[in-house]
Amino acid sequence: MYYVKDIHKTFDGNHVLKGVSLDIAEHKTTVLVGPSGSGKTTLLRCINLLEMPDSGTVHLNGAEMTFGDGAPPKYAGSAARALRKKTGMVFQNFQLFPHKTVLGNIIEGPIAVLGVEKTQAVAEAEALLKKVGLSDKRDAWPRDLSGGQQQRVAIARALAMKPELLLFDEPTSALDPELEYEVLSIIRQLCAEKQTIVIITHKLSFAQEVADKIVFFDAGQILREGTWDEMNDGSVPRIAQFLNMLR
Amino acid sequence: MAALLETREVRIVLNAFWPMLKQGLIYSIPLTLVSFTIGMVIAILSALLIINKVPLLSQLMRFYVWVFRGTPLLVQLFIVYWGICNPMKISNLVACVIALSLNVGAYASETIRAAILSIDRGQWEAGYSIGMTYQQAFWRIIVPQAAKVSVPPLFNTFISLVKDTSLASNIMIAEMFRKAQEFAASSLKYLLIYSEAALIYLIFCTLLNALQKACEKRLRVGK
Repeated sequence: MYYVKDIHKTFDGNHVLKGVSLDIAEHKTTVLVGPSGSGKTTLLRCINLLEMPDSGTVHLNGAEMTFGDGAPPKYAGSAARALRKKTGMVFQNFQLFPHKTVLGNIIEGPIAVLGVEKTQAVAEAEALLKKVGLSDKRDAWPRDLSGGQQQRVAIARALAMKPELLLFDEPTSALDPELEYEVLSIIRQLCAEKQTIVIITHKLSFAQEVADKIVFFDAGQILREGTWDEMNDGSVPRIAQFLNMLR
Repeated sequence: MAALLETREVRIVLNAFWPMLKQGLIYSIPLTLVSFTIGMVIAILSALLIINKVPLLSQLMRFYVWVFRGTPLLVQLFIVYWGICNPMKISNLVACVIALSLNVGAYASETIRAAILSIDRGQWEAGYSIGMTYQQAFWRIIVPQAAKVSVPPLFNTFISLVKDTSLASNIMIAEMFRKAQEFAASSLKYLLIYSEAALIYLIFCTLLNALQKACEKRLRVGK
């Protein structure tokens, strides 16, 4: 069971999340949409605690943290790390480690965090590189890759930790359309493999295609959640307006 | 040629070369290396305490950096030796190492702090996102990148330090410049002898330049 409950987050007096609760269905793809500044990214970052909620609960399959009572928990303490290890994060701007090769980026987590033997980590990394179609870039440096290739390496790096829950924060918004396509097809494949996925995207056609559930954010709250068709029924003017604008 | 080599000036210069170089090798260079090493340890600790805003200690370190960057090294040397070490019967060599280390530590602390802060916050987050502890993210992700950024400015400090060891002559350490002063006083060939001393410092620093190039090349991986 994966959920967040009544999450509040304030940045410098700006109330970004106003009590957000969300169930994340296992083996399903949940897509977060909504205008910029509506709190989707903050919620995603609260799920793996890159942002610590001011109050609320984050529960990921048996691991749980509750915020708000008592002293604020440690950012990289064991409780936070236990939750983070269940998640894999793909960032908008890739954030590959520039001082490591493609292979080095992927085996870093398994070796340093999971304590996997190097030979095994390399073998698994090579399989992941094959999956994202970059076997020939094994020994390349991140700076020598295109944005699309870097993002595919970042996906492989996240997958190398065998996360239960994959989080994508606008994974293609830094890419031009051609490179976007190669990244989206990998995400599409992961959705088809029934990974548990939460993704933020402004690509509505892609959202429509992969989403089992769409969650619409507005002004720090979830305005509505449901299937694509439910969202598109025009019953909520704010949503209809937003969807029409992007179409 | 033979006649030239036998002039008094040439003899004085040649006679002074090895004794000066020797004092450089047994005092100036070890003083530099020991002080730089200790200074770097101080600098890393100080930078970490300041970055992590450790209560009290970070304020203390800011105060230390402020004082040691804001006062002349020669004055620091005199305070440490005449004011503290000499009354406590601590040798001038130890006093010199203490003063130089603290001075270098203050400058390098700022260099290291800036280098660490120059690394994108997203790199920390990328480390945390794969489950790393603070220490793992710091040492495995941030330090290698910050090290690369800080090599040129740290070599600046290193090279300055080689030359700053000449100040040790003021607390009666028989390093290279002290030797040069002796030769100059006995021969009265100030221009020649001091130029010769300058040349030897230049040789030392040229070697450090080469070392810097090698370090930069070694660290020139990735972005």
